[in-house]
Amino acid sequence: MLESLPLVLKDLLQRAVMTFLPGWAESWVSALISAGAIVAIFGLLFGIVTVLERKGLARMQNRYGPNRVGIPLTSIRMAGFGQFLADGIKALTKEDLVPSRADRVVHFLAPVVMVIPAVLALAVIPFGRSHVAVELEAGLLFFFAVGSATELAVFMAGWSSRNKYSLLGAMRAIAQMLSYEVPLVLAVVPVVMAAGSLSLVRMVEAQAAAGSGWMGWYVATPWGLVGFILFLAAALAEANRSPFDLPEGESEIVAGYFIEYSGFKFALFFLGEYLGLFAALSLAVTLFLGGWLPPAAALAWLPSWFWFFLKLLLLIGLAIWIRGSWPRLRVDQLMGLAWKFMLPLTLTNLVGFVLWWHVPSGWLRWIVCGGLVWITYFGLAHSLLASRGWAPRHYRLVE
Amino acid sequence: MDGRTGFAAAIWYGWLMLGEGLAKGLWVTARNFIGSYLSEERLVTVQYPEERRSLPEATRSFPFLVYDGDDPVTGLRCVACKICEAECPPQCIYIVKDKVKKPDATGKLQNQPLIFDIDISVCMSCQICVEVCPFDAIKMDVAYEWSTLDRFEGLLLHKEQLSKPNSYYHKIHPAEAAEVDARLAAARARAAAKSSGSSARPVGVGAATPGSAAARPGAATE
Repeated sequence: MLESLPLVLKDLLQRAVMTFLPGWAESWVSALISAGAIVAIFGLLFGIVTVLERKGLARMQNRYGPNRVGIPLTSIRMAGFGQFLADGIKALTKEDLVPSRADRVVHFLAPVVMVIPAVLALAVIPFGRSHVAVELEAGLLFFFAVGSATELAVFMAGWSSRNKYSLLGAMRAIAQMLSYEVPLVLAVVPVVMAAGSLSLVRMVEAQAAAGSGWMGWYVATPWGLVGFILFLAAALAEANRSPFDLPEGESEIVAGYFIEYSGFKFALFFLGEYLGLFAALSLAVTLFLGGWLPPAAALAWLPSWFWFFLKLLLLIGLAIWIRGSWPRLRVDQLMGLAWKFMLPLTLTNLVGFVLWWHVPSGWLRWIVCGGLVWITYFGLAHSLLASRGWAPRHYRLVE
Repeated sequence: MDGRTGFAAAIWYGWLMLGEGLAKGLWVTARNFIGSYLSEERLVTVQYPEERRSLPEATRSFPFLVYDGDDPVTGLRCVACKICEAECPPQCIYIVKDKVKKPDATGKLQNQPLIFDIDISVCMSCQICVEVCPFDAIKMDVAYEWSTLDRFEGLLLHKEQLSKPNSYYHKIHPAEAAEVDARLAAARARAAAKSSGSSARPVGVGAATPGSAAARPGAATE
């Protein structure tokens, strides 16, 4: 019952609408309802996550965080979870400022172009057993193709604002996103090879077939684990999340590429960034964490979409935790991490993946494949560290 | 520490501690996250309208006028000398002298203000008016909740709003007020000694606890 609830709701809505529309409109109505559901669910998730993030970060700094806004005109506070609605109303009623010398058309289009690719990318993610808006044979390819359009929006915003900080932020963003696209894609290549398909639906099925419960998930293999961590790091960089939030860099370039945006356009950028994060983490869940599969067969009585969103929320929590813990990288460190560290590791991971199929199964496989990545990791880290000439500091007066 | 340096040290310590900083950072935030739910003492913020932090002794917001006794008109210490008006850096004080005079604490006839306005939207809380006042008539208040819907009239305080009793001054700045009272009592005593035989009497009611004040001169730091 719960499992097919979204499908039943969609069917009811579609039938209700089709009573007063001609027959040829049915496919359009169906597509629009699916798109509307994705926008509504992820829009709501965006609102809740902004509150969760603010509360979580506050708790990591020993503060309360937002805990006031609840139902208006009553004393019900809902622990502050009405905050995102208040923020939305505030953003809608704020003055929409456009710099007098800005390129008005591009300035207007940039926030829209920011949101659309994120929503398109979410369309190919399977949220449940048969809950996928568009089942593409090359879903993964579509995801990456659409996802890289975000860079265009960022540069449109930075260029059209005619502001030096905007442009600096946009150029940082372009350099960062192009660099991290490489390890991002290379990190998922083993998964594509293992599943033998580019279809995201097929990848989840392959993980269901690979073993019982969580044992079958690709994260439970050495190449999957390494790929997952590398993918997560690259995804945070792609979504401009801390510790890779240089394009915003509050302390250096004020707010980066959306410095000249106010009111609801700013809110759209905010939404676009979070939807991009959700899309990237959804892909991580689908590729490495078994998508909508329950961790054990005994837990299969819970609906598949519940497991998907639980995993997604856990990854979002991890992203918030990382944001609250780690400082921002410098530009050269950012580039060095992508090209000197993550790229060789992803390539080694590919070799490790090949070895995984040629070494007989058992603990030896883990030692060979894991050891390969382990050695590369320490070799790279130490040679990079040594090339900087750093050594532990000795403080004469402290000892 | 052992004698490893350079590359060897990088290998040795790197081998042991690679990524340790990241893990440490995560551990600290995780401890705060869990800990802030378990113990209230960790939380550094105050839930403002419901609970307030007690103000330190030296708190100051905007100036107010002190009056002795119960009557804010006859007890007002201000003699409209306009020194504070002249000294005020942002020029937020406006005084008009009254034609009618009134006796001060020592019985001498003095001027009094007809109008005494302070625009607290202009005031910068520098306390210079307090420093220059020879009559201890103007002191700093601690009230800070001045938000109003009318930013012109609502923030322009008149003589009636500014006049507050000496007991209020004692409440907000006890040590300082005691010191001022002692000083005024001494001045009155000197005036009384000068005109010995005459019936000079102190007017100040909320006054004179010289013993306690002498015990802690200038105890504003408490």
